[in-house]
Amino acid sequence: MERWVYPTTGLKQEDLEEARVCMTRAPLRGEYAWDAGVAVGRFLAELKAGRLVGRRCRVCRRVMVPPRMFCEQCFRPTDEWVPLQDTGTVLTFSVCTVAWDMRRLEVPEVPAVIAIDGASPGMGILHKLGEVGRTVDEILDRVHIGLRVQAVWKPPRRREGAITDILYFRPVGA
Amino acid sequence: MAGRRVAIVGAGMTKFVRRALETGPELAWEAASKALESCEMTLDQVDAVVLGSAPDAFDGVHMKVEYLSPGAGAWGKPTIRGYVGGGTGVFAAIQGWYHIASGMFDTALVVCEEKMSSCHPHPQAAFNYIFDHTTERPLGPNLLWIFALEMNAYMTKYGLTKRDIALVAVKNKRNAAAHPAAQLGDPNITVEDVLNSEVLAWPVQRLDVSPVTDGAVAVVMAADHVARRVTNRPVWVEGVGWSLDTQYWTNRDLSYPTYVEEAARKAYAMAGIREPRKEIHIVEPYDPFDYKELHHLEGLLLADRGKAAELVALGIANRDGAMPVTPSGGLLGVGNPIAAAGLMKVAELFWQLRGEAGPRQVPGQPKRGLAQAWGDLMQVGTVIILGI
Ligand SMILES: [Zn+2]
Repeated sequence: MERWVYPTTGLKQEDLEEARVCMTRAPLRGEYAWDAGVAVGRFLAELKAGRLVGRRCRVCRRVMVPPRMFCEQCFRPTDEWVPLQDTGTVLTFSVCTVAWDMRRLEVPEVPAVIAIDGASPGMGILHKLGEVGRTVDEILDRVHIGLRVQAVWKPPRRREGAITDILYFRPVGA
Repeated sequence: MAGRRVAIVGAGMTKFVRRALETGPELAWEAASKALESCEMTLDQVDAVVLGSAPDAFDGVHMKVEYLSPGAGAWGKPTIRGYVGGGTGVFAAIQGWYHIASGMFDTALVVCEEKMSSCHPHPQAAFNYIFDHTTERPLGPNLLWIFALEMNAYMTKYGLTKRDIALVAVKNKRNAAAHPAAQLGDPNITVEDVLNSEVLAWPVQRLDVSPVTDGAVAVVMAADHVARRVTNRPVWVEGVGWSLDTQYWTNRDLSYPTYVEEAARKAYAMAGIREPRKEIHIVEPYDPFDYKELHHLEGLLLADRGKAAELVALGIANRDGAMPVTPSGGLLGVGNPIAAAGLMKVAELFWQLRGEAGPRQVPGQPKRGLAQAWGDLMQVGTVIILGI
């Protein structure tokens, strides 16, 4: 099959540094304003008030978070808002040592999927953990799947109706 | 089987490289022209073109398929672009199949191209926009997060070690050393090399991850009566399946790819396969990260849940093992130009089943192989089964 592989030209770093090839560079600038929508709009308003909420579907009985106005399984409208707790269980986590552009972070970030108490089992949201250490080893010592955690909120006057109104989740009792 | 019989009759590809001099249309032309040449066909014998490519954001080119189309042989032809993220490469072959199986066309040229190097400083930037704009992006996520979160859920559920999983990277990078298009083949890599590589997002380390790649792959597909005229060794499409899970990824059990099982069951039913572990002779599951190969083998029902690592540890998954897995070298070794990577797996089956894989040839004259790809927000499974 070697015959059917084209001898494509791979460039080396020197080819670029020594300007052996031509290229054009330009940024693509776009700015957007995304509407939060009906379900998440209410979710954000409740965050501003220091509360987490979900939506219940009376047919499958799921309490869903992030909330939605329709149940994608039953394919019908969801029925009611349900207050949730601001505590939960870590379903999975990572200890991330790089930013999106692969720059090293001084202190690793700990993204986690957290199942929120009061929602149906396995209903998680993406957030971060905090107060769990400053190095990969320290964090792996303190965090495990199944860890019980609680939201740490911004002070009320600094909240803006955003997922970041919760600063992070920390271990319960920490 | 649904519709008319369809075969793959030719395949070609570019080299997979970190950064190609060639533009996207030039890469598409290199692969498409090689595929046509391999079966001694010309463009006027092509009835329709199927193009696959990942988000336009990688190239910074809107309407990328229109941009690629001159190089992909689409001038004056019915052309379609299907897109299911990383699942696109296998999905494009499925689209080629239904174009012909439907009776609408007798031949189709399927071309998948990706030029990831254009996006600076790193193509990860393009992936930041897969997350929900309101509930997730304000947290500053990056693509590694979701893989790391899924890998941890999988490892923890079954008590797997990093070493169990690193063996996949070793196997695939070694296999790729025999692939003439490979970017990262390494015949001497060891499990220690993987375990000692830099931590990116624990449990993901540098050598657990496939590279950033430019490249293209093309296959020619034909209806039964045309295929038999073109070649005496057509490779038949025996089964296809695809399925999509919920976009609410934080509500899923990340330890098991249910959507891959759904896709596989459709493909097995269509191919009349009852015992996939006995009836599939070569597997090319999607391996952008080493744990994904194991995750997918389980979703494909080719290993019990939590047990795929044993196939690798015991050598069953080696090229000369009882069930060779990723003899091409996969995304981890050959490279990961998103859509082209999936179609590379389909091309590998084509060459393996025809006995043309050279130093990578799986022994024992394999009769049937399965290629699978995966993508979107960790939620799509695309499966094709080929046989001779
Ligand atoms: Zn429901």
